[in-house]
Amino acid sequence: MATTTYREAIRAALRDALARDPRVFLMGEDVGKYGGAYAVSKGMLDEFGGERIRDTPLSESTFVGAGIGAALGGMRPIVEVMTVNFSLLALDQIVNNAATIRHMSGGQFSIPLVIRMATGAGRQLAAQHAHSLEGWYAHIPGIRIVAPATLEDARGMLWTALEDPDPVLIFEHQTLYNMEGNLADTAGPVDIDHAAIRRPGKDVSLITYGATLHKTLQAAATLSAEGIDAEVIDLRTLRPLDSATFVGSVRKTHRAVVIDEGWRSGSLAAEIVARIVEQAFYDLDAPPARVCTAEVPIPYPKHLEDAAVPQPPAIVDAAREIVGHRG
Amino acid sequence: MSGDPVTREHGLRLFHEMLRIRRFEEKCAELYSGGKIRGFLHLYIGEEAVAVGAMQALRPEDAVVATYREHGHALARGIPMDQLMAEMYGKQEGCSRGRGGSMHVFDARTHFYGGNAIVGGGLPLAAGLALADVMQQRRRVTACFFGDGAVAEGEFHEAMNLAALWKLPVLFLCENNLYAMGTRLERAQAQTDLTAKAGSYRMPADAVDGMDVAAVEAATRQAVERIRHGDGPAFLECRTYRFRAHSMFDAELYRDKSEVERWRQRDPIATWLATLTERGLVTDALAGSIDVSVSDEVAQAVQFAEAGTWEPVDRLLTDVYTPVRARLAAGRGAH
Repeated sequence: MATTTYREAIRAALRDALARDPRVFLMGEDVGKYGGAYAVSKGMLDEFGGERIRDTPLSESTFVGAGIGAALGGMRPIVEVMTVNFSLLALDQIVNNAATIRHMSGGQFSIPLVIRMATGAGRQLAAQHAHSLEGWYAHIPGIRIVAPATLEDARGMLWTALEDPDPVLIFEHQTLYNMEGNLADTAGPVDIDHAAIRRPGKDVSLITYGATLHKTLQAAATLSAEGIDAEVIDLRTLRPLDSATFVGSVRKTHRAVVIDEGWRSGSLAAEIVARIVEQAFYDLDAPPARVCTAEVPIPYPKHLEDAAVPQPPAIVDAAREIVGHRG
Repeated sequence: MSGDPVTREHGLRLFHEMLRIRRFEEKCAELYSGGKIRGFLHLYIGEEAVAVGAMQALRPEDAVVATYREHGHALARGIPMDQLMAEMYGKQEGCSRGRGGSMHVFDARTHFYGGNAIVGGGLPLAAGLALADVMQQRRRVTACFFGDGAVAEGEFHEAMNLAALWKLPVLFLCENNLYAMGTRLERAQAQTDLTAKAGSYRMPADAVDGMDVAAVEAATRQAVERIRHGDGPAFLECRTYRFRAHSMFDAELYRDKSEVERWRQRDPIATWLATLTERGLVTDALAGSIDVSVSDEVAQAVQFAEAGTWEPVDRLLTDVYTPVRARLAAGRGAH
């Protein structure tokens, strides 16, 4: 066991990947000399050289597209996009090429590409650096979407993603980079297929992912003090969704609250609730509830930003309400 | 450049290749009217000298990235005509299993990376393919075809810059047919000299008569040689013209019939045949017999496509993701 941070865990995963496979390289804006906008790749230019740690021009569409091309050409690129908002400049390449080429080519070409990006609010970066758009990406067939919420996943998802023959997008919540904790020295690759039960419980299923997991665990602790035993599910993979795990949980607890930093309308939370209703309707003792981000561009002032995104008290309230609701 | 000596065999080959594209597409137009080919169909007729001339400079291991007007590139690159026709039909014997149709021709054997129906979308891919070659010490060239319309896209400028910055072995081959769909170059570009744009990225940038197959071949060879030598990318503008409508739905309100007629006088196939005849390299009888053999090949391709089969509907979801044994064994999760 060693104390580490989410940032260091990702860096360890990157270093490990570069050391293990000569086909792996990292490219993106300021990943080299600057050390990464979030300092994830700090020191890696010196360690691995400019061939494998590539600073790119501010050309999101082209460096993501070049990642796709390099993957087609036999490499295992890791492309870092500074934030999810900037990834919209590369949406064409992700949606029209990365996600389609395998199917469109009749299975002749796979795209073993990993794209990492920061997502989410919480650092007062306002409405062009703080959105949670992973739910949009989770709408697209042909790509896999993962969201590491723990140190183990920050350390372990990258290698598994690199071994995946298809494009994988990794969403790193920007409030997690400084998260500190213990990580086993033996920590390594983890599966990217399944959701995880982070806290077992029997009264209500709290379903979430990413940084909101930690707020949800806080809420679960509060609920526990009130005698409500919440089960907390970390989705981990947002596409394809592991319905079996969260539907199984709801069958047991008969109640569900979905907590999602995306906006409510047309959200991942909406998809999860739909699946619960489709697959476990008769197991429900109360209507499923959602705690999502308010339908507003993320504001700059701290108090408004806090008010916009899901917070533990709102999660507690939602859980209390449906537990109180005796079906 | 048509004055350059060309062997009889090679001269006939260029004629044959261009004619294959012409006759194939004439048949496609007919089949489209008959409802056998659906979706969008963009014909290359008039531009054959570009694909055929350029492909002569490529080696089998080189990579090709093309556009949605790519039947010519596909045939000239060596994708069998019957597979291409089956793709036009959407049959599973097609080169993309029928999944892509006219606009999305892929072929691993000939390193043909599409058929891209997003204007400019192929340029970043080409840069990436070339990057992979450099990083793996493969000495191959990626030929990236695109039209004058793509020059207005940000991806053009981004990809040109990245390729030049990283000295990537890409041939950026711009097929300037003067119209981005129905918008003439001057109506869309402040700078209509496309070589000036490319030159600003500090790469060699030339323009060539795209109606002259020998000139295209010579210019491409020169550019490719430089690229293969490790000098980074090059840009070649082939000035050409599309004789047919943009797609089968285009009423061609944006250009005069007389303009089309003027360009038709410079038909690349007729011009090349005249050159060969003048040099005594072909007789009318031989040209006629080549045409007959091409028509036979087209007829056989149609037969192959007609006899082809539809992909069973239960395969609808295959190849959205690559099958992974471990994932399937886990038997959960994927919806």
